Amino acid sequence: MGHDHNHHHSHSAADAEIRAKALEALLVEKGLITTDVIDEVVRKYEEDIGPMNGARVVVRAWTEPSYKKWLLDDGTAAAADMGYTGKEGAKIVVLENKPDVHNVVVCTLCSCYPWPLLGLPPNWYKSYAYRSRVVREPRKVLSEFGLELDENVEVRVWDSNSEIRYLVLPEQPDGTEGLSAAELTELVTRDSMIGVARL
Amino acid sequence: MNSIHDMGGMHGFGEIPYEENEPVFHAAWEGRVYAMAMYTPVGVPGGFRYMIEKMAPAAYLDASYYEKWMHARTQGMLEQGAFTQKELDEKIEFFKNNPEVMPPVATDSNRVEKALKAMYKQQPADPAQPDPPQFKVGDAIRAKNMHPVGHTRLPRYCRGKRGVITHYYEYWWVDDTPPAGEEHAIEPLYRIKFEGKELWGDEAEPNQVLYIDMFESYLDRIA
Repeated sequence: MGHDHNHHHSHSAADAEIRAKALEALLVEKGLITTDVIDEVVRKYEEDIGPMNGARVVVRAWTEPSYKKWLLDDGTAAAADMGYTGKEGAKIVVLENKPDVHNVVVCTLCSCYPWPLLGLPPNWYKSYAYRSRVVREPRKVLSEFGLELDENVEVRVWDSNSEIRYLVLPEQPDGTEGLSAAELTELVTRDSMIGVARL
Repeated sequence: MNSIHDMGGMHGFGEIPYEENEPVFHAAWEGRVYAMAMYTPVGVPGGFRYMIEKMAPAAYLDASYYEKWMHARTQGMLEQGAFTQKELDEKIEFFKNNPEVMPPVATDSNRVEKALKAMYKQQPADPAQPDPPQFKVGDAIRAKNMHPVGHTRLPRYCRGKRGVITHYYEYWWVDDTPPAGEEHAIEPLYRIKFEGKELWGDEAEPNQVLYIDMFESYLDRIA
């Protein structure tokens, strides 16, 4: 895959830093936000609200059949049971991968993504290349991620455009049945829960 | 609106850029813009997404993700009168000339607590409506051929295409820009399945389907 030359090396990046400082100064001076709110929000999304949450949900679904059923029936409630609620999580739908069904999620219009379970989306998910291509040529895109799927596998692309947020439930890899929950959680990647990888 | 943000199916954007071990924010200012955008109690008239979509296409393509966020939120705050263009210009000039100076610091633990509550707050379901849904699972539909100048969640690559309803999501606020003076409508939301060939013709890959959610007003019935 290519490296990113159009997202964070933009010629205006230095300007952006200055404009962000100007905005923060205005908002703080006018009492519209406080510095500690900004610091804490950044910390939460850097440390606590990320793909490790989704991974815990996936592992619980692998190891607890009744939870898996609940998760597939009502993803919002099953995720809430693990404490994963909040912004961009009004309605969570979990899509189960099977040997002959592969799900992959995109937001062609912008960047819809299940924040409570995966945190904020990576740059490639927001890239113009991914947004424009994966709806039209998903197999080609997946192969660029290193995932080759047989023709008998149905590829289901999910374009998130309403308030529904999608999480892919990857299949548990063979030979991992004896592992602890902590060990299993390590195996579950962000990319497998978006659907650009299998485990 | 029919602009560059609606890029599903376009050619020309090349390979997917992938970064191993990508940080959540690539620079400190990105995280601060994210937090200010989400936790400043000043709305964006017409909606945050629409403000981004109204960027000139060349500017949209050139701006990074959080630059777009900063643009839309700053415009919204200017329109709401949170500060003036003159105040903003003076601040930008100041930080340009004084790169070592940081913004002033204010703290308030009550506000932090409130922000954390909002972060995790379970989002309420949208209100049910008296009118029954006009479609049911299994119905064949055609996505409307519509070209609103405002924000819409119906991408161009689906318009006019035939699909099947596979799920009913009850009632949701319609995100589309409402007519002037009206509130956002609340409509039934459906999950639609489109076959690859219907969307992409002979260029479709084998065994490819697309699922996308659509509000009732996006749909025409196929007899």
